[in-house]
Amino acid sequence: MNVITDHLSEFGDGLLLTVGLTLLSLAGALVAGVVVAAMRVSPVRVLRAAGMVYVETLQNVPLLVWLVLAVFGLPEIGVMAGLFTSSVVVIALYQGAYTAEAVRSGINAVPVGQGEAARALGLTFPQSLRLVILPQALRTVVQPLGNIAIMTLMNTALAAAVGVVELTAAANRVNLAEARPIWIFVTAGLAYMALSGAIGLATGTLERKLAILR
Amino acid sequence: MSPSPTSRLLFDEPGPRARRRIRITTALTVLAGLALVALALRQFADNGQLAADRWRPFGTWPMWRYLLEGLRSTALAAVVSIALAMAAGAALALGRLSPSRWLRLPCAAYVEVVRTVPALLLVYVVLFALPRYGLDLPLFWKLVVPLSVSNAAAFAEIFRAGIRSVERGQLEAGLSLGLTRGRAMRMIVLPQAARRVLPSLVSQSAGLLKDTSLGYVVSYAELLYSGKVLANYNHLLIQTYLVIALIYLVINATLSKVARTLEARQRTRPSRAARAATGGGAGTSAGTSADAVPTARPTL
Repeated sequence: MNVITDHLSEFGDGLLLTVGLTLLSLAGALVAGVVVAAMRVSPVRVLRAAGMVYVETLQNVPLLVWLVLAVFGLPEIGVMAGLFTSSVVVIALYQGAYTAEAVRSGINAVPVGQGEAARALGLTFPQSLRLVILPQALRTVVQPLGNIAIMTLMNTALAAAVGVVELTAAANRVNLAEARPIWIFVTAGLAYMALSGAIGLATGTLERKLAILR
Repeated sequence: MSPSPTSRLLFDEPGPRARRRIRITTALTVLAGLALVALALRQFADNGQLAADRWRPFGTWPMWRYLLEGLRSTALAAVVSIALAMAAGAALALGRLSPSRWLRLPCAAYVEVVRTVPALLLVYVVLFALPRYGLDLPLFWKLVVPLSVSNAAAFAEIFRAGIRSVERGQLEAGLSLGLTRGRAMRMIVLPQAARRVLPSLVSQSAGLLKDTSLGYVVSYAELLYSGKVLANYNHLLIQTYLVIALIYLVINATLSKVARTLEARQRTRPSRAARAATGGGAGTSAGTSADAVPTARPTL
């Protein structure tokens, strides 16, 4: 048990980095997801196609490949960014593709009458999307978005593979120094379980507050 | 995917003004896209990454033979992991739905715990923790074991949803024919469940194929790690990784298209089955089998 208390600061730093990566990526993913979902339901064919290409490209290449490409590849073409920044941007864009699909399914779940009513009032496409459709769509996809949040948390671990010392990498470093794997990895696992438990709780609370009963 | 009819939710057949607005937006989008491409190309060109001799190696056979070798290893690791994870997942799902508490609780605990632990952490456990306790697996299994362990939980949830979506009457009919619970499960419920969750199984398998890129960490020579070795050797870093990304893209896009096709086929088939059931005068309430989506219906 001493291993953990001796290296509390390493674990704490790793945990903070994991939480930061998760929250920032999630915020980015939500923005990217809503924008791409809006593109995919727009009346402009080119925008729909661009949204589809985005989702297919991002979802069908492993996140680790994107991370490696961004962290080691981009400097080759003169794009320099910090390790943490690149990781956040890549994870946000990757999860954005999944978020876009979730939001789109929410948009499709909004009754047709709502869109017709919005148009009858003279709202333009962006207005009806922003004021009528999206608020209802996002409320119906709280649970799927919660699952995406947990998936994001799991995926931040991949940043360890390109050198970000978040929780997984911190656990690995402590283990390399101390060679007491059981305690160290169990602690890291418990921390991940606690974090995703917290996400689950938050999702449940939001769901109860926001869900529309139809 | 083509614009589904549901996207009509947001717009009608455009009139003259809407058509003009759509044309303007189209032009702006195309311009923005071209600007992005131009910017990317300028970045590549300014850093000399567009030079022909930096791309020419990727048109040669030895290069592709090497990459295809990596792809073969990726496929091998994926297939073995999928088989192991699916078998374990099916067992876990059955255990979680079993009437015995001593089977139900451990299976539920396994699924809930493993679902919230990153696969990379499991890889590190196999890489650095197990050897200390005298279990040093061969390289291949260092990748396959953690992937199977973590994906078994996902497969278990898929199978469980499928089993729960099969009408309760199916199992009861089997029991009333004198089958044991196990045989009724195996001969009546499971075949129907497996068919219903086939699309989810395919897309989860595609996800597992993406996870094999963790071979990069294990240094098992699958596609991504092969790319790393190659890039270290020929110093064509961004070119190599772009080609690798393209290979993944083609394979996974094909797989997800298969999943979507299966899903679309399933959406039409159960309605036929339901018609046949009512036509045959089966005693069950008709229409229940029409919703093929594995919803959480309280059965078993």
